Amino acid sequence: MSGDSELCRLEASELAKRIADRDVSAVEVAQAHLDRIAALDTAYHAFLHVDVDGALAQAKRVDAGEVEGPLAGVPLALKDVIVTRGVPTTAGSRILEGWLPPYDATIVERMRDAGIVVLGKTNMDEFAMGSSTEHSGYGAAHNPWDLDRTPGGSGGGSAAAVAGFLAPLGIGTDTGGSIRQPAAVTGTVGIKPTYGGVSRYGLIAFSSSLDQAGPCARTVLDAALLHEVIAGHDSRDSTSIDAPVPPVVDAARDGDVSGMRIGVVKEFAGDGYQSGVTARFDEAVATLAGLGAEVIEVSCPHFDYALAAYYLIAPSEASSNLARYDAMRYGLRVGDDGEASAEAVMAATREAGFGAEVKRRIILGTYALSAGYYDAYYGQAQKVRTLIKRDFESAFEQVDVLVSPTTPTTAFKLGERVDDPLSMYLADLCTIPSNLYGGPAMSVPCGLSDDGLPVGFQVMAPVLADDRLYRVGAALEQALGTAALLDEVWRRDHAATS
Amino acid sequence: MKRSQQCGHDTSSRAERTLATLAVVAAISRADVAHLASLARISMTDAELDVMAGQLDVILGAVGRVQEVAAADIPPTSHPLPLTNVFRDDVPAPSLAPDEALAAAPIAEGQRFRVPRILDEE
Repeated sequence: MSGDSELCRLEASELAKRIADRDVSAVEVAQAHLDRIAALDTAYHAFLHVDVDGALAQAKRVDAGEVEGPLAGVPLALKDVIVTRGVPTTAGSRILEGWLPPYDATIVERMRDAGIVVLGKTNMDEFAMGSSTEHSGYGAAHNPWDLDRTPGGSGGGSAAAVAGFLAPLGIGTDTGGSIRQPAAVTGTVGIKPTYGGVSRYGLIAFSSSLDQAGPCARTVLDAALLHEVIAGHDSRDSTSIDAPVPPVVDAARDGDVSGMRIGVVKEFAGDGYQSGVTARFDEAVATLAGLGAEVIEVSCPHFDYALAAYYLIAPSEASSNLARYDAMRYGLRVGDDGEASAEAVMAATREAGFGAEVKRRIILGTYALSAGYYDAYYGQAQKVRTLIKRDFESAFEQVDVLVSPTTPTTAFKLGERVDDPLSMYLADLCTIPSNLYGGPAMSVPCGLSDDGLPVGFQVMAPVLADDRLYRVGAALEQALGTAALLDEVWRRDHAATS
Repeated sequence: MKRSQQCGHDTSSRAERTLATLAVVAAISRADVAHLASLARISMTDAELDVMAGQLDVILGAVGRVQEVAAADIPPTSHPLPLTNVFRDDVPAPSLAPDEALAAAPIAEGQRFRVPRILDEE
């Protein structure tokens, strides 16, 4: 690998500064990352498509001064669930193999206008359903910390790209934890913004009342800078909030938690949590107390039911959203021999194009919405959603943020849970409540467990108080020095490729 | 209907208990899955139906826990935000050209999508 690969080690804010100062060109930065992807992504499988021409063309625009901004020229790994005009978009599904969308998602337009260089589209569980990327229609991604382990899911490709220094920034989407859980198990920073804070226009729908796109990065400040680029009202998304973007960059630069009231969620602790996860979490809480925060234990009794409610609500919405893959207007078509009926062609196409987990959730959702079962399953899950929302609201009368481990364990091994859907679902235990409520949440690294793998610290805040996440995240990152954890991945890869 | 067993002595972790089957749940049969698959327009082989029926039975047992929560007088939440209808002025704006809209069609004919027959032969 050429000496330019040192550029890949820099954080986004530093790269942007050097590009703006003309110390290095955006094209050189893009090429360094493209070279590193070529060298390492056979091992990580973080990308489903690398857009060499598009990336270099955008970098040239930055170098020509046609676009500028705080992240101009910085490369980014985009989850393949976000549509990109003329660039293959599959959502990890064979049913969309080869599809070239005729339009761009709003966040893609905003990133282009900000000079961000999209390197390509990243691997994910099919239609964002999964916690390991093993449900990708194109093969699993691998964790840069240990190639035998999952980088999490569904956004494992973006997290692996960021952790493996293939890109300093990534975009994920989070329906039940698909940004935060991959961030936790790869030692990176991931944020699910407030629902409605970032436009869903052009985000391929899984569960529309829960889906939210957000930033992935190696530092809290980088994530905040990206958050500011993609957030804000969009008239093309009827659920977009028409309110000012919370001051996330200021909060990330400030990182002062003195006087903040921090609530430790009582329900997310105890047995079932890996001892190294609990130890790092407790130390991080003590660190925040040492920085002047007031730590209070808070009970959210209905969080114990969040997982069950989620696995009724999300599949129900998915069974409706995925009805659009009907083999008529785009995507795969199977069995159209001129004789078969449209209905037979749809059924054959969906059989061939969907993977096992997607089929499981469509059938589960169809069941939960059926006459006779609706009240007992979907209807009851919606009532539990109300109770979880009330738990948050009453907790936020006592505290400014809630905290918990992001996941009960560190990265699990590929193959370990793929045949046991329920054990896979447990990876989302602590992340799901914020999706049901709609408030923002972050995973920030808080150290390594006894097994040498990263542990994620989750911060949850009230609706539209996204800045509080960045305040707490920046404080922890600075006090614990966690941004340096990934040096271990860098040193190992660099030795292997140089 | 079947009634699942509750362990007398619970040594499982909190995480496992979250998924423990405590509620009264409907057993889901292979025939039920075949019917649901047909409603959802997904062909399934016999082997797939067997696996799916077993897995769905376990999953439904776990998610059926929502029935433990006393929520008779609790209103349902369908969405995190209070949704109001959004209106805008009806102003003409560019939209996809026909060739762009048809570019991804499995089969296009003229300016239309060509689809398999949707009516029975009669």
